[in-house]
Amino acid sequence: MKIVAVTSCPTGIAHTYMAAEALEQAGRAAGHEVSVETQGSAGTSALSDERIAEADAAVFAADVGVQGRERFEGKPCVEATVKQAVNDAAGLLEQAVAAAEQQGAEDGEAAPTEGQAGSGAAAEEPVAEAAGSGSATAGTAPAGSAAPGDGAPAPETKVTGTGGFGSNLKQWLMTGVSYVIPFVAAGGLLMALSYALGGYDITEAPPVTEHFDVLSLTSWAALANQIGTLAMDFLVPVLAGFIAFAMADRAALAPGFVGGAAAVAVEAGFLGGLLAGLLAGGVVAGLRRVPVPRAVAGVMPVLVLPLIGSAVVGTLVFVVVGEPIAVAMQAITAWLNGLTGTNAILLGALIGAMMAFDMGGPVNKVAYTFAVGGLTTGSETAFAIMAAAMAAGMTPPIALALATKIKRNLFSPAEHASARPAWLLGASFITEGVIPFAAVDPLRVIPSIVLGSATAGALAIGFGSTLMAPHGGVFVLPLVGGPLLYLVAVLIGIAVSTAAVLLAKSIGRGERTPAEAPVTAAA
Amino acid sequence: MTELVTTDLVDLDLAPTDRRAVVRSLSERLNAAGRVTDLEQFVADVEAREAQMATGLPGGIGIPHCRSEAVTVPTVAVGRSAGGVDFGADDGPAHLIFLIAAPEGGDTDHMTVLASLARLLMRAEFTETLHNATDPAAVAEYVRTEVTP
Repeated sequence: MKIVAVTSCPTGIAHTYMAAEALEQAGRAAGHEVSVETQGSAGTSALSDERIAEADAAVFAADVGVQGRERFEGKPCVEATVKQAVNDAAGLLEQAVAAAEQQGAEDGEAAPTEGQAGSGAAAEEPVAEAAGSGSATAGTAPAGSAAPGDGAPAPETKVTGTGGFGSNLKQWLMTGVSYVIPFVAAGGLLMALSYALGGYDITEAPPVTEHFDVLSLTSWAALANQIGTLAMDFLVPVLAGFIAFAMADRAALAPGFVGGAAAVAVEAGFLGGLLAGLLAGGVVAGLRRVPVPRAVAGVMPVLVLPLIGSAVVGTLVFVVVGEPIAVAMQAITAWLNGLTGTNAILLGALIGAMMAFDMGGPVNKVAYTFAVGGLTTGSETAFAIMAAAMAAGMTPPIALALATKIKRNLFSPAEHASARPAWLLGASFITEGVIPFAAVDPLRVIPSIVLGSATAGALAIGFGSTLMAPHGGVFVLPLVGGPLLYLVAVLIGIAVSTAAVLLAKSIGRGERTPAEAPVTAAA
Repeated sequence: MTELVTTDLVDLDLAPTDRRAVVRSLSERLNAAGRVTDLEQFVADVEAREAQMATGLPGGIGIPHCRSEAVTVPTVAVGRSAGGVDFGADDGPAHLIFLIAAPEGGDTDHMTVLASLARLLMRAEFTETLHNATDPAAVAEYVRTEVTP
């Protein structure tokens, strides 16, 4: 039997090649023709298209995403870790043979080799053949964007279904985040540029479709702002879409995007988007396990799965998630309004904490709306609250960017990439710059930035700073009452968040490593 | 091109029995040979890799490794432990330890040496020879001739 395999491991210097050697040896021993593509640091020895075409089955022994996975679509496949290949290559080949024979039997069911996380290879075959010929050039497959070469961390593609749930979850989130970073960078920096060129009230400019004057700087600033806002609007849908993609392949992309957009519509923010993405991936992965007649199998990944997946996820987000969020937002708003007269510094801390809690989610939105809403009253208190809100919103991205510089090892390459634009995004009061960090590791990052933002908010009010503009970050510093002390408040907030993040990450890592190691070792 | 391994990078009688101590001991040899510029950084990088997934292999082999900015040239340090050192393999402690050091951002030509070494580790006669070796110089020589990129 002819079998193709791909091996890849995190470091790319040892297991990738040992797994390849083990598979080749086991193939010779069992009389199979095994060809291996090693995706490691010594270059990728790409399998030729003919070799893949004539193979009866594929084995993926990979701990990181397989590059160019779409080339194998339609093949019966076995998924495993590199370690499994090193320890028991013969067993993997047996599974591959079994998967190939099962598909050969043409009973129309997905080839469920044990331990394989529903790749649904058999069910997708007819489509795969249609798409397969064009996949090299069409570039429509999201996995294609993982092409190596430009030095930037390639977005991670589909992850293997093996390993513990915890490490899978992290890889799904990483995949989502790696596709979000370019949107945050492009959109955020355009918005920062627009504030620099056009001032804080550039957001009030008329749509450029109605008014655009080539000779007016304000028009260009408005244009940058509107393009930037548009790009940022993709953030949550892209996050949800690619989390779903990582979990359940291309068929989950549409349900993920739709779920993410629904999360935006119900104002559930990026946490809602995370949830929607996981939901979409889970629903589609579950649907794949339903056995279908061969006649229907062909339309599953392009029609049935996206249709049912989008409908289910959309319904869940709108009906189940949307209502409680709307109620909660009303309740928090009412509660905030009732707080007038309490200690101003406490109020600053509270607003600050809320600003950092979910970056564009319901809690953040309530706090920000509360602050901006006060501006019209023109009272000193309202201006102080606005100052607190902006200080709190500026600290998170800068704090995380700073943290990546202090302890490089605690952060992934993707996080280092998001750190670069994060400085300017934070300085421009574009809190979303921190989302790539928060989405990967919410339990450690969110409490840390809440702490720093609460500090910044409390100090801003304590120092008597005021602000009459609703946006702008450092670009509206001239409009801040007491700018020097205000900067001090922001800097202290940053320091607190940075220290908290570094602490949380190092403690958490120490606890988690021993717990995870046996899981992978046993796999 | 610099040799992948030299006599002073081979220790056939590892004294420590603890994984970290063994890694440190071999790392010190890499450091002394100028293959690793920053000992602490390198040890930390190896440890970080080890934390992702244990590097013990079936058959009594441990392959701690990492890509590190502290590494100047692809190198392997070879250690042998009579008592065995736990590298997290399912079938017991490791008696042969290969500490593989890869430079961060090394070009693919350099890396093929390490790829070739990794493949050798899966061949029984290779590890068998090292199990039975008595002379560090012979070990270094054997590894160098077997690893042909």
